[in-house]
Amino acid sequence: MSGETVHAAPASSVSEKAVPGWFGLVPAITLAVLFLIPFAIMLSVSVAHRVPGGFFEPGFEWTSYERLLSPFFGRILYTSVAISAGAAAICIALAFPFTIFLAGMRHRVQTLVLVALLAVLSLSEVIIGFSISTLLSRTAGIGNLFAAIGLIDGPRSYTPGLFALMTGLCYLVFPYAVLVLYPPVSRLDPELRDAARMMGAGPLRTFFTVTVPLMRAPVLGASILVFVFTLGAFLLPQVLGRPNHWTLSVHITDQAIFQSNLPFAAAMAIVLLLVALLLVGLTLLLGRESGGRR
Amino acid sequence: MTRGLRLFYICFILFLLALPIIVVTGISLNEGRSLRFPPEGLSLRWYGALFQEGDWLQPLRHSLIIALSASLLSVTIALPLALYVWSRGNWLGRALHTLGIAPFMLPPVITALGFLVFWVSVGMYGQMLATIISHAIFLVTLPVVTISLGLRSIDMALVEAARTMGASRGQILRGVILPLIMPYIISGFAFAFVLSLNEYIVAYMVAGFTVETLPIKIFNSLRYGYTPIMGVVAVLFVALAIVVFGLIGRYGDLPRLMGSDRSGER
Repeated sequence: MSGETVHAAPASSVSEKAVPGWFGLVPAITLAVLFLIPFAIMLSVSVAHRVPGGFFEPGFEWTSYERLLSPFFGRILYTSVAISAGAAAICIALAFPFTIFLAGMRHRVQTLVLVALLAVLSLSEVIIGFSISTLLSRTAGIGNLFAAIGLIDGPRSYTPGLFALMTGLCYLVFPYAVLVLYPPVSRLDPELRDAARMMGAGPLRTFFTVTVPLMRAPVLGASILVFVFTLGAFLLPQVLGRPNHWTLSVHITDQAIFQSNLPFAAAMAIVLLLVALLLVGLTLLLGRESGGRR
Repeated sequence: MTRGLRLFYICFILFLLALPIIVVTGISLNEGRSLRFPPEGLSLRWYGALFQEGDWLQPLRHSLIIALSASLLSVTIALPLALYVWSRGNWLGRALHTLGIAPFMLPPVITALGFLVFWVSVGMYGQMLATIISHAIFLVTLPVVTISLGLRSIDMALVEAARTMGASRGQILRGVILPLIMPYIISGFAFAFVLSLNEYIVAYMVAGFTVETLPIKIFNSLRYGYTPIMGVVAVLFVALAIVVFGLIGRYGDLPRLMGSDRSGER
């Protein structure tokens, strides 16, 4: 270990000399202008004066934020959190064993499964929404199959509704959940499990007394990230859910594009941003804690 | 749990993930304009229609131009960023790393709205260039992550050796470092390309009414009537993603790229 640190010092100075300092400036300026400034503008728009039918004019008023204090908005926030938390919980419950089994497979099998997961992950919500709504529809869907087996009387549709929405959300985040869990799970020392097994613990007992305690922080962190990811779903609630399932993200899109009320959309986005930042910060903190303990 | 049961669980979940895609593939093969599954009469006519019907050809062209330029641009931003962060551990390096990761961590609706108000303020709302730049920034995280991973795997002895042999900084960069991280640059580009092609909300908010991309076109069709062409686009996107990630998996170490440390041992 000490040999490594001694080696690390000259190595970093070598790499430092390999890259000129101005390399940092180009991305710094680009990202500052194109990523930070948009957020600054959004903040200013959220307190700007709305011009009905147009965009907005500069100003300072709390109108948009005051609208956020209404019971209507409270219900939206509650719906968003309840739906996202439900989907995140189901997803992690399915993805955690999946990832553990996956990490134990041969390298080749892992590669194949990862290709499949990445392919699903790269699909946009539009395509997922279309595919799931087709799968659950009356003309093409599983209702046909159930009717053919004799499970139900005739073909029926399962969309839109809460079931369809939850299916869609789980489909959307499952690959993400596995890929977030994959690094910590695959680094888990298999010898610890082997040791427990050798001492006579059964597979279930090994899972609950060795794997779960070791993985508590990573799983909690992954749950939060998956929750934030689901909070961002803006299209599935529209396509697969009913209007009372519309989440905050749907309302942001709706206000920005169809009601052309940019200040209100910006105010909602700021609230969502704060929630997301808070949760991601919490995740980073959790990660550091578990890293320190090791 | 036995090995067979584990394999069964993995295969079962993969089957569930494949189910919607199987149904959509079936739909894309319908002979008529209906969306039936199993399809009524097999035909590939809707695959031809995607490349012939003007109202689908235009979005296809837009999507390809945007994905290609945006992923090139995001690699151009990510490469110096990753090199700088790798070579220096100072505050600017850490800040840059956070900035590079942030666009992907936040719900995309927020980033999309940020871009919308930005382009409205700059006066470029509704232009294709705005979509390209927005995608490049939004997806910059992917090449940043892959290139940083590549840089971390470089054996510093090689760089040191090149330096003692009298190679200049530019020569080391071009002759040693770049060739070593080239596979990671290409994977970063491929990730950004596939995701840009599929991206909807940023493209929609920035120029949804003037520059229609394929996902936007599908979304509009979701409201105004389904056709089997939507299935065709979905099938092509899935196929493209499988080819791209399959190639990365074939020629690179995908488990390592995804963050597994011990994958090489197996």
